[in-house]
Amino acid sequence: MSQDIATIRVTRYRPEKDAKPFFQEYKVPYRHDMVVLDALNYIKAEIDGSLTYRWSCRMGVCGSCGANIDGEPKLTCASFLHEFKGRTITVEPMTHFPVIKDLVVDMQDFMEKLVKIKPWIIREKETPPEQGEYKQSAKELERYSQFSSCINCMLCYAACPIYGLNEKFLGPAATALAYRYIEDSRDQGKEVRFPIVHEMEGAWECTLVGECSVVCPKGVDPMLAIQKTKILGATNAIKSLLMPRGGR
Amino acid sequence: MVDDGRVEGVTAIEVRTGELVTILGKAVIIATGGCGRIFQFTTNGWIKTGDGMALAYRAGVPLKDMEMVQYHPTLLPNTGILITEAARGEGGHLLNKDGERFLKRYVPNKMELGPRDILSRAEMSEINAGRGFEGPYGSYVNLDLTHLGKITIEDKLPFVKELAEKYLGIDPEHEPIPVRPGQHYMMGGVHTDMHGFTGMPGLYAAGEVACVSMNGANRLGSNSLTECLVFGAAAGRAAARYAVKMESPSFGNPVQGEVMMEEKRIFDQILKHEQGERISSVRTEMQNGMEKHVGIYRDENSLKEGCRIIGDLKTRLSNAIVEDKDHVYNTELVAALELDFMLDVAETIPYSAIQRRESRGAHYRTDYTKRDDANFLTHSMAHKTPGPPRIDYSPVTITRWKPEERVY
Ligand code: SF4
Ligand code: FES
Repeated sequence: MSQDIATIRVTRYRPEKDAKPFFQEYKVPYRHDMVVLDALNYIKAEIDGSLTYRWSCRMGVCGSCGANIDGEPKLTCASFLHEFKGRTITVEPMTHFPVIKDLVVDMQDFMEKLVKIKPWIIREKETPPEQGEYKQSAKELERYSQFSSCINCMLCYAACPIYGLNEKFLGPAATALAYRYIEDSRDQGKEVRFPIVHEMEGAWECTLVGECSVVCPKGVDPMLAIQKTKILGATNAIKSLLMPRGGR
Repeated sequence: MVDDGRVEGVTAIEVRTGELVTILGKAVIIATGGCGRIFQFTTNGWIKTGDGMALAYRAGVPLKDMEMVQYHPTLLPNTGILITEAARGEGGHLLNKDGERFLKRYVPNKMELGPRDILSRAEMSEINAGRGFEGPYGSYVNLDLTHLGKITIEDKLPFVKELAEKYLGIDPEHEPIPVRPGQHYMMGGVHTDMHGFTGMPGLYAAGEVACVSMNGANRLGSNSLTECLVFGAAAGRAAARYAVKMESPSFGNPVQGEVMMEEKRIFDQILKHEQGERISSVRTEMQNGMEKHVGIYRDENSLKEGCRIIGDLKTRLSNAIVEDKDHVYNTELVAALELDFMLDVAETIPYSAIQRRESRGAHYRTDYTKRDDANFLTHSMAHKTPGPPRIDYSPVTITRWKPEERVY
C-alpha cells in the first residue's frame, strides 16, 4: 500500500530575507490521528528547520498555537488533519495581526489590552491572608466561570470583523475578561473598570454576529460579555448622570 | 550570571530580534518547572526542557535526587495526554490482553487505587510478559470504564470522555481506553533548603524545578501545589529579605561583558555549522534512549547504556546544524539551546541512578529490588564537572515520620 500523504501549504515570511509572504508546500505522512501541529513539527524536524510557529503545551491549554487553517482561526494542536476537506491544508498566520515571521504574529496590542482592564480582584481594602479567604458560593462562581476559561489564544480577534477595521476596539477576549471580574462577587473594582470597558471604541459597532464565540476553543462566549457590558455600561452611564457621587 | 560566587542576574535572548540581553538582579528565583521532554512519553507540556535545572547546575548548584522520576500509569499512547486518576477512583479497571484485572498480582488489596509507581511498573511487567496490546505507538493496556455507565462517565468524568473522543475517536461508554505509563514529574531538581535557597548567594528555586525534598522518592498527588504555593512563597520571601540588604549589581560590570562574549561564542558556533545532522534526530534519540534505558525498570547494564548514549549525543549535538540562520524569532536556535540543557539534565539521571544500588520509591532496580536504608537513606547530589557528573550524598533529615516498609 502506498503511503497516505498530506500536503501542507504554509505561509512563509522571513523579514530578513523575504519582501513579502508567499506559500510553501510540504508533503507529510498523513495519519488519521494527526493534528496540524504534528504536521508542522514533522516539517520542522524532518524537512525544514526554519519553519517558524508558536506552541508550547500541545494539548489546548496554553493558547499559543493559533493559526488560520483553511481560512478559519483554530488551535493547530487541537485541529485534526481529518477535519479538513481533502489532503491539502492551508495554514496561515491569524488574520488582523502584524506578522513577525512565518506563522508568528505580534501580540503586543492584545497584551496591552489585557492589562488595561485590570485583570485581578480589586478590593477597597486588602485584608491580610490571616483574616481568611474572600468566600464565594458555587452559584456566585457560576456567574462568571465560563469567562475564566479563556486561554488568551486570540482566535476571537482573528475572527472579529470589527477588530479588523478598528484596532482600538477592546475586542472579544479582553471584554470577556473584564466581565469576568465585573461579575465576580469578590471584586469591588467596578467603579474603576467600568470607564475602561465603557470607553472602548468599536463596541457599539459590534453587530453581535458572534464569530468570536463560534471560533472560541474553550467554550467562552465573548459576544455575551460584550452584550452584557454594553447594557451595564449604558445603565451605569445614565446612573452617573442622574445621581450625585457620594462618598462611600 | 555569577560574580565572585554571587548570582547577579541572567542572560536572555529577545526572541523577537535575536538580541542578547543581560538582566541584572540582586536575587534570582528559578521557577521553570520540570524536564519531561527528556523522555519519549510525558504528560508535561513540550516546553518542559529542564532549562532552569541546567542553569543552576552549570552555575555550580547540585541537582538532588535526580534518579527519582515519577511515572503516571495512564497516558494516551500517542500523545502522552494524561487520563486523570479520577477514572480509576470512580471504579475504572485496568485490563491486559486477556481481559484480566492484572493488578491482583501486584497490589491485591488496593488494585486500581494503588500508588502510581507500582501501577506503572505493573503495566510494564504485563507488557514485557507479552500480555499487553500492540498498537501503532507501541504497547499498551486498557483502561475500562464501560461498566460505569453513561451517567457516571458523563457526570464525573466528562473530561476523560472528551479526551478519549477527541484524541482517539473512542467512546469510553462502549470501548476501553488504551493507556500506557509515562513520565509525569521530577521529584529531584535544584537542591534547595526550606526557604528555596540553593546555597549559592542570590540564587533561589521553587516548584518542580527545585528539590526541597518534601516529595522524598515518590510524590503523592497534588503535592506539587504545595511546592508551588508554600515553597514558592517561602522562596519569594527569602529572596526579598536577601535583596533588601544587598547592593545592586553595577551595570557594565566585567561579568556582564564576559557572559555576553561567552554566549556569543556559543551562538556563533551553533549557527556557523553548515553541514551535519539535524538537532531533531539527537533529540529523538535522547528521548528514546532515556525511555528504554533509564525508564521504569533499570539495572546496571541499562543505566550504563543510558550514560553512554547521553555522552555520545552531547558530542553529536556539538556538531549538529541549525538551518535557520535568522536573527528574528529563531525557534530552531532556541530548540538547540533547550536540547543542550536537556542533555545536561538527562545525564544526571542515569549517573545518579547507577550508584543507587537499591530500589526506593520511583527508582526501581531489577538487580537490587530491596530498599537498603543502611546504605542509601540519603540524597544523591549531582555536581557538574568538565566530564561526567560527580555524585555525592547528603544526609536525610528525619523528623516525625520514620520510613516504613511499603505494603499494599
Ligand atoms: S475568548 Fe476564546 S477565542 Fe478568545 S482568546 Fe479566549 S479562549 Fe481564545
Ligand atoms: S500548543 Fe498549547 S494550546 Fe496549542
